[in-house]
Amino acid sequence: MARLHEYQSKALLAQHGVAVPEGGPASSAAEAAQLAARLGGPVVIKAQAWVTNRAATGGVQFAQNPRQAEARASEILQMRFGNFAVTEVLVERMLDIHNELFVSVTIDDAAQAPVVLLDLHGGSGIEGRAESVQRLPVDTRRGVDAQALRTVLGTSAIDAGLHDDVASAIEAVVDIARRYDARSLEINPLAITNDGNVVAADCRMTIDDYAVFRHPQLPIEIARELDHPATQLERIAYQVEQADHRGTFYFAQLPTGGVEGSRGLIGFHGAGGGGSMMSMDAIARLGFTPANFCDTSGNPSAAKVYRAARIILAQRGLVGYFGSGSGVASQEQYHSAYGLAKAFWEMNLSIPAVIRLGGNGEDRAVDILHGVCRDADSISAPVEGYKKDDTPAFIAQRFAQLVDEAAGRVWTPQPRRVPAFVDRAYHFPIHHGTVWIDHEHCDPATTTFVVEHSGGLLTQRSNLPVLAVSEQSVAGMDSELVALEVQCRLARRPVVFVDLPIEGLDNDAVV
Amino acid sequence: MAIIIDQSKRVLVQGITGREGRARTTLMREYGTNVVAGCTPGKGGGKVEGVPVLDTVAEAIQAVGHVDISVVFVPGRRVETAAVEAIEAGVKLLVLVPDRVPVWDTMRIAAAAREHGAAFVGPNTLGVLSPGRAVVGMIGGRAVSAQQWFNEPIPRQTVGVVSRSGGMTSSLGYYLSRAGVGLSTLVHVGGDSVVGLPIPDVAEMFQHDPETDAIVLFGEIGGTQEERLAELIRTGRITKPVIAYIGGAAATEGTRFSHAGAIIEHGRGTHAAKVQALRDAGAAVVDDFGLLPQTTLDILANRSAPAARSSSAR
Repeated sequence: MARLHEYQSKALLAQHGVAVPEGGPASSAAEAAQLAARLGGPVVIKAQAWVTNRAATGGVQFAQNPRQAEARASEILQMRFGNFAVTEVLVERMLDIHNELFVSVTIDDAAQAPVVLLDLHGGSGIEGRAESVQRLPVDTRRGVDAQALRTVLGTSAIDAGLHDDVASAIEAVVDIARRYDARSLEINPLAITNDGNVVAADCRMTIDDYAVFRHPQLPIEIARELDHPATQLERIAYQVEQADHRGTFYFAQLPTGGVEGSRGLIGFHGAGGGGSMMSMDAIARLGFTPANFCDTSGNPSAAKVYRAARIILAQRGLVGYFGSGSGVASQEQYHSAYGLAKAFWEMNLSIPAVIRLGGNGEDRAVDILHGVCRDADSISAPVEGYKKDDTPAFIAQRFAQLVDEAAGRVWTPQPRRVPAFVDRAYHFPIHHGTVWIDHEHCDPATTTFVVEHSGGLLTQRSNLPVLAVSEQSVAGMDSELVALEVQCRLARRPVVFVDLPIEGLDNDAVV
Repeated sequence: MAIIIDQSKRVLVQGITGREGRARTTLMREYGTNVVAGCTPGKGGGKVEGVPVLDTVAEAIQAVGHVDISVVFVPGRRVETAAVEAIEAGVKLLVLVPDRVPVWDTMRIAAAAREHGAAFVGPNTLGVLSPGRAVVGMIGGRAVSAQQWFNEPIPRQTVGVVSRSGGMTSSLGYYLSRAGVGLSTLVHVGGDSVVGLPIPDVAEMFQHDPETDAIVLFGEIGGTQEERLAELIRTGRITKPVIAYIGGAAATEGTRFSHAGAIIEHGRGTHAAKVQALRDAGAAVVDDFGLLPQTTLDILANRSAPAARSSSAR
């Protein structure tokens, strides 16, 4: 997640010239006690959690000695804030604070520029603050407007002898925000101590998801803004996206607390950010609870859509699979259809699926999906494909009807179905996978069929289909090969299988 | 008339030799866009789809003359360099198609644009399309689809479409056309939190376009664009009817919903607040996306006195 913990962002502040209290993180009460002993004197112990109002809810406590520090840390380490369990505390030497200022660098979408929010009048509640907060413009290259900053300082009650120190701290904070591509960097408070030092007593920092690649040194495990710690499936999905940048793949699990009163959990698979949200709203209006949000769009490969479907179907307790995006897609829709058809077959789908594949190539897309899924020995659940003239509200109704007819059937994730010839047949590698061809069942007609539908990737040798191009040039052709596998299955010549394992899903226990 | 793009505009394609640049050049030319040149550093000299390719924007302008719009197809992390190059070469309007552009890069592009009196659509935009005239970007995917999907303007029955979602831009255009509504221009402002030409700016352009009778909006959670549009309606700067759908009713706070701009932070940018702001200002906001076309038809039908309308719009 592209948010940094307080102690992580404070390390950046210290590195770039902004003073922070002496201290460090601890992940156990004993460690906290050791830190307190090393610091000597009174300390403050702070839950490391991405929430506001930690102090009001007991997440910030004070201790006079190491024994107290151990007890307080132990309490805090058992707390939860929202969806986040506390796993670390920050132990710091207590500051002797004279005055508290508020400094925040954030992005002003209307001004298309960063802005500094500044309150030099102290006070810890944001409520009474609105009137005294000043907005200072920031130039992306030159930083905060120095003149404006001096003017604001001049009208404050801050001792004139400290103006230089306060100004340089604020300038440094703006520079750190720019340097690390922060979406927001908030110091609340920036403390002036009784002995005249300017110290960042607290810090919250969020890095732009799209800029995380520039900062490999930052402790960011997954560049996603979520309201909970990343789940195992979200981590798996994130790895899939990082390994393949063809098109968007976005997957987030949603809170399912209210599911008892709902018509059931559904696997949600959208296409396009806005269309996905609109479709999720349409299905939620009928009383269903999306277990996840997912978006594959921007011309994604069939392999990526396949992996997204597999990840969605790794969730327990689903009553159905609902796929719908904008419905009038500019991108060719059959790549998605091939990916879905392969995933549904491998998963032996047993819950209803309704997929809206509207847009370019929609006729072909729906034919592919129906062809594979209506094959008697393929899968048992009803799978229905729809086109651009079918509205989201209509297909949501249709989905509800199919779920009702399924009479309470619920999805249990299971290992994927893999043909028996895998591991012993002819094969060659592709990116993140292997292509298997069952030569034993390749009669001359089948061989001809396979070669003809391979788009020039395969050729006929000794009456068998083999690779026609170099391994290097076939490596990125996973969409074409998934299409070939599905076409062979449709033609009742299931001799091709593209093994596209998902790290963390196919080797470990199902999540 | 239309806004932003029509067949008279001279268009440059940056990144024309890449997979996307090449494919979308074909779409744009087949739909009627006047693509005059392309550029890719180090690949100057050849041609793509009959369009001359130069190394830099400045060289392209020298070779083919004035350029009105540059449409950019380079990877997200190289967009800032490409955009600033075009702005410094004197191009006044850019369309930034790629996604994954870091937000500080976008803000630096915005600063350069302000300095040079330029504007930009995007980043993360599907583009802009004026039916029957021209397209910049990739709306429609194929020219033949774009021709089938989107109606040309119809007297007294024409709307401008503005959307924060690319897919929903096409979707709105298609469903409105099917219902018999004409379209002046479709604008996808881009899915990011900072975009060059946000909804309120596009709405003002539609307000001043004599061909546009009403504005249809697809909004989303996050940011302030919808609230700022509501403010323009409230203060009388937008007088044409606004019909809107806001996506994200089922969204939860603190989670980003795919688009970088679609996130509710600190309780701001919620679905309820946006719907309320627009309704209070007098816009028609539908709860079911499927109701948009009929609601639009009803509102257009009620504006029966065109003479009175055009005077009140000024």
